[in-house]
Amino acid sequence: MLKSRKLMAATAAAFAFTAAWQAPPASAQQGKPAAQSVAAKKTGVGREAHPDEVKAWDTDVRPDGQGLPAGKGSVKDGEDLYQAQCAACHGEFGESAGRWPMVAGGRGSLKNTGPEKTVGSFWPYASTAFDYIKRAMPYGNARSLSDDEVYAITAYVLYLNDVVKEDFVLSKDNFTSIKLPNVEGFYEDDRETAEKQFWKKEPCMKNCKAEAARVLNRARMIDVTPETKSAPRVE
Amino acid sequence: MSETLKDNIALASRRRFLATASVAGASVALATVARAAPPEKADPLITEIQDWNRQLGPGVDAAPYGKPSPFEKNVIRRNVPWLTSDAISSINFTPIHALDGIVTPNGVCFERHHSGVAEIDPAKHRLMINGLVDKPLVFTMDDLKRMPGRVNKLYFLECAANGGMEWRGAQLNGCQFTHGMIHNVWYTGIPLKALLDEAGVKTNGKWLMPEGADAAAMTRSIPMEKAMKDCIIAWGMNGEALRPEQGYPLRIVVPGWEGNMWVKWLRRLEVGDQPWHHREETSKYTDLLADGRSRRFTWIMDAKSIVTNPSPQAPLKHKGPNVLTGLAWSGRGSVKRVDVSIDGGRNWQTARIDGPVMPLSLTRFYVDFDWNGQEMMIQSRAMDSSGYVQPTKDELRKVRGTNSIYHNNGIQTWLVRSNGETENVEIS
Repeated sequence: MLKSRKLMAATAAAFAFTAAWQAPPASAQQGKPAAQSVAAKKTGVGREAHPDEVKAWDTDVRPDGQGLPAGKGSVKDGEDLYQAQCAACHGEFGESAGRWPMVAGGRGSLKNTGPEKTVGSFWPYASTAFDYIKRAMPYGNARSLSDDEVYAITAYVLYLNDVVKEDFVLSKDNFTSIKLPNVEGFYEDDRETAEKQFWKKEPCMKNCKAEAARVLNRARMIDVTPETKSAPRVE
Repeated sequence: MSETLKDNIALASRRRFLATASVAGASVALATVARAAPPEKADPLITEIQDWNRQLGPGVDAAPYGKPSPFEKNVIRRNVPWLTSDAISSINFTPIHALDGIVTPNGVCFERHHSGVAEIDPAKHRLMINGLVDKPLVFTMDDLKRMPGRVNKLYFLECAANGGMEWRGAQLNGCQFTHGMIHNVWYTGIPLKALLDEAGVKTNGKWLMPEGADAAAMTRSIPMEKAMKDCIIAWGMNGEALRPEQGYPLRIVVPGWEGNMWVKWLRRLEVGDQPWHHREETSKYTDLLADGRSRRFTWIMDAKSIVTNPSPQAPLKHKGPNVLTGLAWSGRGSVKRVDVSIDGGRNWQTARIDGPVMPLSLTRFYVDFDWNGQEMMIQSRAMDSSGYVQPTKDELRKVRGTNSIYHNNGIQTWLVRSNGETENVEIS
């Protein structure tokens, strides 16, 4: 009895094995949900994460405040930190040095030729600045700032953008009260409706222009292409 | 060979003949000449014994990992130094003018780093899944490589900013620079769905955030539907391990969607109920339109094509038979057709597609033609399986203005001058 049950189990296992081998090959599944052949049953590969491991890596912050650590920082403290840690690239007033990103100014410039997209003029959420400073700044010394320092620098960048006053102290508790001016300036991808003329069109093949095409501008007049040496001239 | 294109060229030649009879007469005549007569003196490359024909070459282990011939030394990635402040946070470009077929060799796949190339010992790499899952999990590289359901898929990766320098007009002379933020690679890995199922996504888990292990710790928000549909957690490219600059030991593959989402050096996947609105999906990779408002979450790369030869870095050198070739692709499906014009979009001829036509992959097209030395304005136009037709640059500008930086898939024009030199132009 015991033996036959064992045998049955072995047979079932063999069947399961065979069934797995009979799944369609991966190459036949192009364009379909790729994981269909993976059994819904868990494989048990990997291990459970330790809470401290999750805490160490899960530092991301969302606009609703989820992920903000405990802490606070003032505009005043942020000024010193910003000048020491950030100004070399982003400019003393957030105006940028060289081609590094501007972080302040540019309000009202978004329709201009050469819009200036800063935290104050363009970014929708202050949480984006906090998250990014905490995860990736300062450039070359990422993750060296304490949470209070990230709050202080964020507060100072908001101050540079006239979003908060100079006596402001940014904290976990008041963070979501910060509203950036361009928060309503974004909408979801609408190409399929706004650009629907690009679909289902049988393109013109013959005599598509009334006149012969004329050259309107040439890259060579701007002359900013790096020397490639791979294109010998045939002149 | 397309007869109509031949006719067009012949027609253009005849017009030119009428306009400047003495010059054009010779080029028209050339078209009917079969081939050159033997030279007066025999070619010494044939009659004299060459060094490589007499001497022994290096042995089998001279290059344990082989490199291209030294004569191919110009087929390399190049950057545009003025674009960025620092090569550590910059981009370079695939030399598409010097490649053929549809697979991009690993060593010339363009690079985009935000904090340089992370150097990671795979034995020290971990992938965590956390957030709205039944069990947060940690995987080693060994773990991932023994997961069932391994797949191999060929996909293009295009940076959303490919062509971004051309919104206001022709600027860079070379398809490497105008269209080279793209590569097409066979990825080996496991479907993302398999990993997510392992952790058990909770019913309110609607978004996924991949995060890099480099100093930029790149993050993006991916809707769960896409994550479950066709994303791959990949460790292999074109049959070998990912190159360090492509995210070794692990990256996420997000087929058909903008390259910035394909997070390299992938160390974490977080499941959430909302998008994160992080830096790369707010201040960057949103499309600022003329009215000052911006589209966000414009993930899909629309259909696009480019003639890679001739192009400014690959001019025409010979009259008579020539091969026009290029690449087409779409993030919405497969390439259905590519049309080519030599008169700046006045008349079009359907190109010949060669090699596999696969969804979300580069597709190679050709037009074999005779060139009589006449000026040409070469364009290509891709159509995809969703019915989308690649628009002209002016059609795009009409909808979007010129400030959007990203997603410029407008039709490119190359002006081929009568001496074969080819340049990037915009035309009426």
